[in-house]
Amino acid sequence: MTDEALKSELEKRGIFVTSLEDLYNWGRKNSLWPMQFGLACCAIEMIAAAAARFDMARFGAEVFRPSPRQADLMLVAGTVTKKMAPLVVRLYNQMPEPKYVIAMGACAISGGPFKEGYNVLKGIDRYIPVDVYIPGCPPRPEALLEGLITLQKKIEKQRLFGKTLPRHADPEAPTSYPVPAYGPHDLEPAYNPKVFCPPCPNTRE
Amino acid sequence: MSTLTPDNIISRIASALPNARVELVNNPSPSAQHALLVHRDDALQVAEFLRDDPELLLDYASDVSGVDYPEYLEAVYHLYSIRRKTGPITLKLRTGNRTDDARVPSLTPVWKSAEFQEREAYDLLGIRFEGHPDLRRLLMWDEFEDHPLRKDYVAPEDYEYEPTPHGAVAQKATAARAQ
Amino acid sequence: MSSQTFFSTSVGAGATTLDVSLGPQHPSTHGVFRMNVRLDGETVVALQPVFGYLHRNHEKIAEGNSWLASMPYTDRLDYICSGTNNWAYARAVEVLAGIEVPERAEYLRVIVGELTRLQNHTAFLGFMLGDLGGWGSALMYGFREREKILNFFEELTGARMMLNYMRFGGVRCDAPAGWLGRVKEYLATYPAFLDEMEKFLVGNEILLSRLQGVGVLSAERAINAGLSGPVLRASGVDYDIRKVDGYGVYPKLKFRVPRGEVGDCYDRFMLRILEARETLKILSQALEQIPEGPIQNPAVKNRMFKPAAGEAYGRIECPKGELGFHLVSDGTEKPYRYHVRPPSLINLTLLEEMCLGSKIADVIVILGSIDIVLGEVDR
Repeated sequence: MTDEALKSELEKRGIFVTSLEDLYNWGRKNSLWPMQFGLACCAIEMIAAAAARFDMARFGAEVFRPSPRQADLMLVAGTVTKKMAPLVVRLYNQMPEPKYVIAMGACAISGGPFKEGYNVLKGIDRYIPVDVYIPGCPPRPEALLEGLITLQKKIEKQRLFGKTLPRHADPEAPTSYPVPAYGPHDLEPAYNPKVFCPPCPNTRE
Repeated sequence: MSTLTPDNIISRIASALPNARVELVNNPSPSAQHALLVHRDDALQVAEFLRDDPELLLDYASDVSGVDYPEYLEAVYHLYSIRRKTGPITLKLRTGNRTDDARVPSLTPVWKSAEFQEREAYDLLGIRFEGHPDLRRLLMWDEFEDHPLRKDYVAPEDYEYEPTPHGAVAQKATAARAQ
Repeated sequence: MSSQTFFSTSVGAGATTLDVSLGPQHPSTHGVFRMNVRLDGETVVALQPVFGYLHRNHEKIAEGNSWLASMPYTDRLDYICSGTNNWAYARAVEVLAGIEVPERAEYLRVIVGELTRLQNHTAFLGFMLGDLGGWGSALMYGFREREKILNFFEELTGARMMLNYMRFGGVRCDAPAGWLGRVKEYLATYPAFLDEMEKFLVGNEILLSRLQGVGVLSAERAINAGLSGPVLRASGVDYDIRKVDGYGVYPKLKFRVPRGEVGDCYDRFMLRILEARETLKILSQALEQIPEGPIQNPAVKNRMFKPAAGEAYGRIECPKGELGFHLVSDGTEKPYRYHVRPPSLINLTLLEEMCLGSKIADVIVILGSIDIVLGEVDR
């Protein structure tokens, strides 16, 4: 427990006091390495966010890594098709902990405009846990930056001790998720029940 | 070559290949792109003639698509001539039926551009192109069994039913919950 | 996974070849494209493209939608060039239903279409240099310039990328006040960017040795394989649909069709720069000549649009090649069949032929020089 008033008073006198937790989170949130991995239209806006005008480097997230082994953050930028979904899950499994997922755009959230498609997965959260959802079709680069800052705030608040552990610090929580298989009509299973529960219909009537 | 109409082409084919069965399919729309319907057994020699005939020189098969009709499946080729700068000439091939006789000859040996597009028509519509060098599914995975662009295809029920209390969505949702 | 079955011949005992699956997650495959490559040392001896990782069922969804409702979906085909995709679909429907377009709308279409071509080729320069290993700098310059064009799109249509601008028989909205003048002002600054890129790139020794003589393609093979657009013209074929079909107001505009001589990656690369210069000429003429007038044919009802039964194939010259639509109408408010002829997919037909005998690093360059977008390859 830190006494915020005392901490601020000490900072005025040139003494910096912090906790291990805060230092650890501060380091993590400001050096998120995203995976260089684009699926569809949103990937172009992701590149635009990383390029000259929007400059994601200002938020410490410009080091796009081509390998999942070196990445902290998976930006699911675009439509996840059923043919691609097993590979996305496998890439997620290959990333080291702590790892985060941003679902960028309507397609990654729910299938978006292509929701009626027989080969379109209705949201990547059917197979892997998602930390931040960014709506839009495609979201503007500013929206991606906003999503990134939201994730940074989320990381900042994560407590490493106590009862409410984040997923990566919880020894009970899984670090990898089952990869769906290609079936004769659909992916098998159609969703992972441990991650995703179909919304219950309204029972008001 | 402003006289390159389907009628003229049919008469040229008739003089060069008297046994080939080619008929004109009238297109009632304002586009007036009338088509040549070639019997599938004669398709390969007609296609080679269209490509090599010095008057026609239809050397560019731009587009290959398939259409699902109630009685048969149809493969549609849109041909252009790059050297003569003419086109499009529409060439149609029909299968015997939609089930066990859904086959037409592949025109990939004549126009390489048909290779991927015929694979796509095989994948999505189930038209079997005989003589295709590599007839596999193009877009869906190999284990997939259906042909999704057919009119009678039923997509897997993997919607999440939004909590709206009205209409067909609510009915489906109640049914899904009952399972 | 059935990746083992992709090659018909298997690697026998004592074999010296190595099978590599490039993609679908690979930084240089422009999306989720996958190639199964068989290597002897570093030399490619076989290559098979694998498609479908972005198959979004565009055609099936379109068969269930009204004619107009497919317009925003066409934005997402080749998501870098939504303006020209709109145009191709609108033109195909206009051929199908015999619709006239007012002249001002035709000029607005040319302006939007050519700005699209300009920003596509600008982004291409960046991506191409990225594929050569210069990830970063060139892309930054390219995207800086592209953003300026996107600003104009945003002002005109409200969206940066997904314009949804064309309508059957016209365009959705007129140019805002002063927009045409601002575009003209901007275009005066664009040649400086091209000059700068050319100065750094055209005679660059690394670029020459990486691009010249790589992925050579003959005109005859290119025609037979249905290649189109800059890839076809780089092999020396004089075929530009803007000239051949003369759609829109292109017959009134003066421009040349650049052609390559060798058909290698360098020609394909240079052709984009030359085309961008021709595009600037087209734009300055169109901005000069654009008349006042209506922007929509009042006889056409876009909502509840019902063309007469029949079918049509309509096409235009997109930045990547010939984008065509094969539409079949049964006289109802929904298309009976809606088929896209995607230039990106068909331009890949000869990928194996172009890559055989090259080194693995050249495969990425050859793929980059074709300029594909996966949204269009898989639809």
